[in-house]
Amino acid sequence: MPNTNSSANETAPGVMAQAVREGLFAGVLAFGMFLLYVGIETYQNIDNALVWRTRWGLLAIFVLVAAVGRFLIVGFVKPRLDRRKLSKAKAGIPEVSDDKGFFHKNFLKLSMLALVLYPPIVVSLYGVQGSLKFVDNFGIQILIYVMLAWGLNVVVGLAGLLDLGYVAFYAVGAYSYALLSDTFGLSFWLLLPLAGILAAFWGIILGFPVLRLRGDYLAIVTLAFGEIIRLVLMNWSDVTGGTAGISGIAKASIFGIWSFDVGADNNFAKVFGLPMSSAYYKIFLFYVILALCLITAYVTIKLRSMPIGRAWEALREDEIACRSLGIDTVKTKLTAFAIGAMFGGFAGSFFAARQGFVSPESFVFLESAVILAIVVLGGMGSLTGIAIAAVVMIGGTELLREMEFLKHVFGPDFTPELYRMLLFGLAMVAVMLFKPRGFVGSREPTAFLKERKAVSGSFTKEGHG
Amino acid sequence: MEYFIQQLLNGLTLGSIYGLVAIGYTMVYGIIGMINFAHGDIFMLGGFAALIAFLVLTSFIAGVPVALALLIMMVVAMLVTSLWNWTIERVAYRPLRGSFRLAPLITAIGMSIVLSNFIQVTQGPRNKPIPPLINDVYHFGDVTVSLKQLVIVVVTAVLLTVFWYIVNKTPLGRAQRATEQDRKMAALLGVDVDRTISITFIMGAALAAVAGTMYLMYYGVASFADGFIPGVKAFTAAVLGGIGSLPGAVLGGLLIGLIESLWSAYFSIAYKDVATFAILAFVLIFKPTGILGRPEVEKV
Repeated sequence: MPNTNSSANETAPGVMAQAVREGLFAGVLAFGMFLLYVGIETYQNIDNALVWRTRWGLLAIFVLVAAVGRFLIVGFVKPRLDRRKLSKAKAGIPEVSDDKGFFHKNFLKLSMLALVLYPPIVVSLYGVQGSLKFVDNFGIQILIYVMLAWGLNVVVGLAGLLDLGYVAFYAVGAYSYALLSDTFGLSFWLLLPLAGILAAFWGIILGFPVLRLRGDYLAIVTLAFGEIIRLVLMNWSDVTGGTAGISGIAKASIFGIWSFDVGADNNFAKVFGLPMSSAYYKIFLFYVILALCLITAYVTIKLRSMPIGRAWEALREDEIACRSLGIDTVKTKLTAFAIGAMFGGFAGSFFAARQGFVSPESFVFLESAVILAIVVLGGMGSLTGIAIAAVVMIGGTELLREMEFLKHVFGPDFTPELYRMLLFGLAMVAVMLFKPRGFVGSREPTAFLKERKAVSGSFTKEGHG
Repeated sequence: MEYFIQQLLNGLTLGSIYGLVAIGYTMVYGIIGMINFAHGDIFMLGGFAALIAFLVLTSFIAGVPVALALLIMMVVAMLVTSLWNWTIERVAYRPLRGSFRLAPLITAIGMSIVLSNFIQVTQGPRNKPIPPLINDVYHFGDVTVSLKQLVIVVVTAVLLTVFWYIVNKTPLGRAQRATEQDRKMAALLGVDVDRTISITFIMGAALAAVAGTMYLMYYGVASFADGFIPGVKAFTAAVLGGIGSLPGAVLGGLLIGLIESLWSAYFSIAYKDVATFAILAFVLIFKPTGILGRPEVEKV
């Protein structure tokens, strides 16, 4: 209805009345929803019996926030957004603009530079020991997810196969490294490719039976496989250590020249006469995972311009057309599974070397969901978008661990960590609602006629290229 | 033989619960083609609503009859979860209806994380035990049937009959089936599609709430993490039976329940979930659309 918002003054009273109505409705709704869960708290008393007490104040806050929030959205935010959209549509500004700023043009170079310089900068700012937190929690943690999401992107973003059990390959990589280095004492650099190959092998094994399935059937079977692998790891105690997992996994070394074991003669810190600290190992790991990420990105970009990559993207857009054109869909799907799994395996063995400890706890479905969320939130298929999504989602939740000052606001009992996953879930929903196509909504096509043109993501099926 | 019959009964009870939850999955999938990942957590919310209703009820009225208490718990749970599921559909799924396939899936996974963590934050991470509601047991030879198992099976049967009647014999059910077959055409013919979809979510939530209440009564404990595993199992049941098919969901639920209890009885309890998932994969290899699912017709 383009005419309702043409003159704001005329419709303002109607909008206000509607806002009040919807605000009240939201309040009543929130009261009904939160009455039991927020208004009443259940807890165990000294006799271990379950009892309850009321929290009317908290409930009132929830209801008020819902009512006032809805009132403001309907009354003020939405009319403004509508007006802006209307004026934009009138001015005829296209969805994707071609002129880009300096930052936009050199985004890749700048971010590469920032990543390479990140550890030295942090060390110079906070000292060697102080840098530990930033390099490990923010740097390595985010980069692991970037790598996992780029690996999953091959399966979901390029080949269009919905995989809800990706974490299984991560687990295969992690346990391969943990078990092989424990039993045979092989080094990280030998086991890294081996773990990748093993994961790829599992990708093919799991890929075979699901080739005939499509869409959501595929999703549930991959989810089932992820759970099966986790349950086997959990219950096959003789080999995997059961729920306790495997600890004391060997650290990676700098190509066998310098080691990070405290007792070793060629310990990195000892050789260079530096004070002992675990920070060197983390900084080294930071560069390892950075290199692994870059390899993933390079391989993905190269594959996309090769026949197999084009076959993936064609498969995603239309499977029947692919078959009629003589593309071997079995081979295409299996390679996508295998290559995606291989990157998961690399990331897994890196994870094991970094933690020194693996247990089935790390490979629950939630991890698969988080990785898939990063791929979709980033904009399916766009490597830059996925990296941005990983930084925002993982960095954001890690940041919450550091919010000590919130204790001063909400009292000393307040633990921000408790709200980490809650906020993560809310952020997932919010980003999808406001940017359904992900952070990077425009696409550079792989194959083109005469010239490369960016298109809006909404023209492509599963998030083009 | 007695042992086998005993396990069959246990499986049937568990399967009824899975079947009730599976209907929610399959209906939503049938009507808007999305996997409602948050449905398992709606089931968990239902269990918690019943638990809180039970606590409040027993602290005000001491000697409330068990049947009445159960009924009140069930009704409260149905009301609250219906509100939640309706709101979730409105806020998180409806705006994305025209969007690409994975967008609502991601919001559903997000909502699932939100719901379980919301309960963890507001009600605490510990398991919440309640005293057993029904203790009666009947013996038939060596087979023991507890009253709670009977209650679960009977309630499920009654609900399924009501549900079957609604879907097959009422104007609302006709609207639902029409929307499922062709949303655009149904809208053109005067079916209020948005309303129908909302009602579908409410019906799914109500059934899940009953399942949650039964689950609480059967195991006597509720936990914020209870949504995931039963949720995945129910979803597996829906897929096994053929997603989109209502009798399929019930059949799948019963099958999953039976597989689980028989496997635990004769093989190993640790690998019961592995068995469930492996059988799912196995069935799908030979029947890619589930047992009762309609074969997908591809149009070019």
